[in-house]
Amino acid sequence: MRRRYLLLKIESLQEIDEKDFRNAVWDAVLRLFGEYGASKTGIALIDYDVAKKYAIIRCAHTEVDMVRASLASITEINAKPVATYVLGVSGTLKSLRRKFFSPQ
Amino acid sequence: MKKFCDLNLRVSLRDSVLAEKMIKKASTLGYSYVGIPLPANVQSEIVSKLRQLCADVGIDFITRVNLVPKKPGELLSQLRGFRRKFELVSVACLSKPVARQAAKDRRVDLISFPSLDFRKRFFDVAEAELASNALASFEIEMCPLLSSAGFERIRLLSNLRKEVAIAEKFSIPVIISSGATNKFFMRTPRDFAAFSCLFDISPSSALSALSENPLVIVKRNRAKLSSDYVAPGIRVVRRGKDCGE
Repeated sequence: MRRRYLLLKIESLQEIDEKDFRNAVWDAVLRLFGEYGASKTGIALIDYDVAKKYAIIRCAHTEVDMVRASLASITEINAKPVATYVLGVSGTLKSLRRKFFSPQ
Repeated sequence: MKKFCDLNLRVSLRDSVLAEKMIKKASTLGYSYVGIPLPANVQSEIVSKLRQLCADVGIDFITRVNLVPKKPGELLSQLRGFRRKFELVSVACLSKPVARQAAKDRRVDLISFPSLDFRKRFFDVAEAELASNALASFEIEMCPLLSSAGFERIRLLSNLRKEVAIAEKFSIPVIISSGATNKFFMRTPRDFAAFSCLFDISPSSALSALSENPLVIVKRNRAKLSSDYVAPGIRVVRRGKDCGE
């Protein structure tokens, strides 16, 4: 199965721990697309940086729009306002990190 | 490369710090144009301050007025007064007669309907037919979609799906805007495009609704507001001594 890696920026007033973020992503997918839709996304949280507020998510390449829509629908975690933006999408982790984290 | 446009960024005119943050955020999210709704009697200093804030982060600022008339006659008088003061005129249609008048008036750029008051969403076939003979585009705000949940969002998505299908049938341009009042309701254009798939807009149409469609309106209106504009298809190309050459 081909996959896509999504680099996310998390905008929030306070720090969000990894577990809460993972739950928020799953909740968003389940709320919008149900269990059938969620089963097709193949979502996995690959990397999460609490301090820098970045995350990398892996999903099936056919369901990128579905995952993007779900991530866009996240407006709060633990009753605190939150926004997530997809900064980039790539076919491999290596190229995602090269594109966005390589020193210019 | 596509240039993206958020025609409805509801920044606070009183809180300049928050306004600056939102404009900067729009720039980092990849928007090149930002439309900010202004009160009809806005002071020119506020407009120039916002223009400067946008220019500092490399964003093109679009002046916009949201008209909320109660009767068609009120809409006509507001259009007479404000059309030439703003680059973009949007009409919030709260009644059917206003919606019909707004759809057929060529001075109206955007028509919008109350997102969560479903009995006041008057965008039907008759409305679309009128709008297709004029210049009005159908605006969809994403903020209510993001902030609502459960049955409310289901109903809104269902309504939007029907309205978008009608708009496409009558070739009425659809405009997607954030309607964000703070940075937590702002998203990247591609995130909004992905989210729009929930009401069955194709990805390419969704991207057009965030880039080409709004830019067509802005360019058309800027041309009309320029001093060289005479009438549709007629503009001044030379003045004074240049005319003799």
